[in-house]
Amino acid sequence: MSKYNITFADIGTTVNVSRGTRIVEVAEKVGASIPFGCKENDCGDCMIEVLIGAENLSKPSPLEIELLKEKLAKPSNRLACQAMVLGDVTVKPA
Amino acid sequence: MTQPVWLSERVQWIGAFDPGMRSFDIILKTPNGTTYNAYAVRGSEGVAVIDTVKAECAEQFFAHLEAVARYDEIKVIILNHLEPDHTGALPELMRRAPQAKLYISQSAQLMLKALLNRKDLDFTAVITGDTVSLGDRTLRFLHTPYLHWPDTQCTYLEEEFILFSGDVFGCHFCDKRLYNDKVGDFRFAFEYYYTHIMRPFREHVINALALIEPLTINIIAPTHGPILRDQPTRYIERYRELSAQRLQNEINAEEKTLIVFYISAYGSTTQMAEMIREGAEQVPGVRVSLYDMEGGDTDLFVDLVEDADGILVGSPTINGDAVKPAWDLLSSFAKINVRGKLAGAFGSYGWSGEAVRMLEDRLRGLKMRLPLEGVRIKLIPSLEELEQCRQYGLEAAEHLMGVNAPRVLEMADLLAARKQTTEELSVVTI
Repeated sequence: MSKYNITFADIGTTVNVSRGTRIVEVAEKVGASIPFGCKENDCGDCMIEVLIGAENLSKPSPLEIELLKEKLAKPSNRLACQAMVLGDVTVKPA
Repeated sequence: MTQPVWLSERVQWIGAFDPGMRSFDIILKTPNGTTYNAYAVRGSEGVAVIDTVKAECAEQFFAHLEAVARYDEIKVIILNHLEPDHTGALPELMRRAPQAKLYISQSAQLMLKALLNRKDLDFTAVITGDTVSLGDRTLRFLHTPYLHWPDTQCTYLEEEFILFSGDVFGCHFCDKRLYNDKVGDFRFAFEYYYTHIMRPFREHVINALALIEPLTINIIAPTHGPILRDQPTRYIERYRELSAQRLQNEINAEEKTLIVFYISAYGSTTQMAEMIREGAEQVPGVRVSLYDMEGGDTDLFVDLVEDADGILVGSPTINGDAVKPAWDLLSSFAKINVRGKLAGAFGSYGWSGEAVRMLEDRLRGLKMRLPLEGVRIKLIPSLEELEQCRQYGLEAAEHLMGVNAPRVLEMADLLAARKQTTEELSVVTI
């Protein structure tokens, strides 16, 4: 399976992950300062800012778009519990 | 039956008294009950109802409302906060005044749908600066999320300088005289309410104050407790004071603070804590404090943690668990905001050593960040193991200061490390 790098800019840590890995799975393990609540697209706590490679994340679902809108998110924001890594990407907490 | 209370010719309190309530939301003591404050505002083109009451008190609310307005005059229903103690009477109000339009915060939409479970729901989501006109009266909205739910907002009556503040500036205090210059001494209730309801959202309080402080305010009309008409700005100033740091800050802007809490049965975890401090102090700009949980009081510790940048918790494993003082400390963190602070755990153990991983899981659950796997040492630390503690303290401090060397990790290794720990634990436990 293809491998890609996800970089957590706030803690200077890069992790080499399999394609399709959700950001939440990695972020918690390396201690990135992205807070997690429900991990199921409900609370919006895990909002991140994508610094590089937004096109390398899975497209947001209609439910994620609805929640991001309610949370007054910027276009560069995603939910770490929803976005899957499909290429190299650099993120930080929103 | 009590009567509505007239705040002005056009504004009435139409809430409910609940003097028998003795605990609220499980976590709060309410020694003389509470009130659920709702208000009616009359404009030349209709009436607005601002918030409702708990379902059990709906009868009082509707009697007060009927004394000041007909249901067909209600043009607008504003919900500053969706918690059931303010929305209990909402479904019945919507049934009686079906023409009224609902106004809620931008951040309340998904919550409203879950609250009412109705598919045909029609509402307007508003944000700071949005207004709704009642003809000669205008209501302006302030987006003040997380005070104390994601959905909360305040509403300002422009022509009369009245702030309908929701739970902000409220307290659980039931006195039918209702005005702050008439009721009994409610200072304790006001402070207690802030400490238990608003304190965990300190940053959001500060953001909200920035919106509220520039307003001219004659009356603050909260959803619980006395209506603040006598020197209302004093309560805003008090929120400003309460949201400031609890302890005089002696740390300069370039420094960060790391607190190492520990408790030890035979001194091994103490030795670990001392070596961790030694390591952390090697990093310039880190101020390390060491506290033995056995000699302290969690209420005082929690003030320290609120201002700290990072905390490490050391506990031995006794009967397969971390010890109670460690859990007491962690459970006290619910009173403050620890989200995003650096955290870690360490400890000595006799045979199975579950405490460290259990504490780490709880710290992660509190939304703290744990960049390093904590140190676990079997019985008495050897010289090599003490060096491992020093290194752990050093690395934790580097992460705290943001000077840690960039790392490149393999996901497979992270997964393997976790699996190995679990297997190791389960084998030893058996």
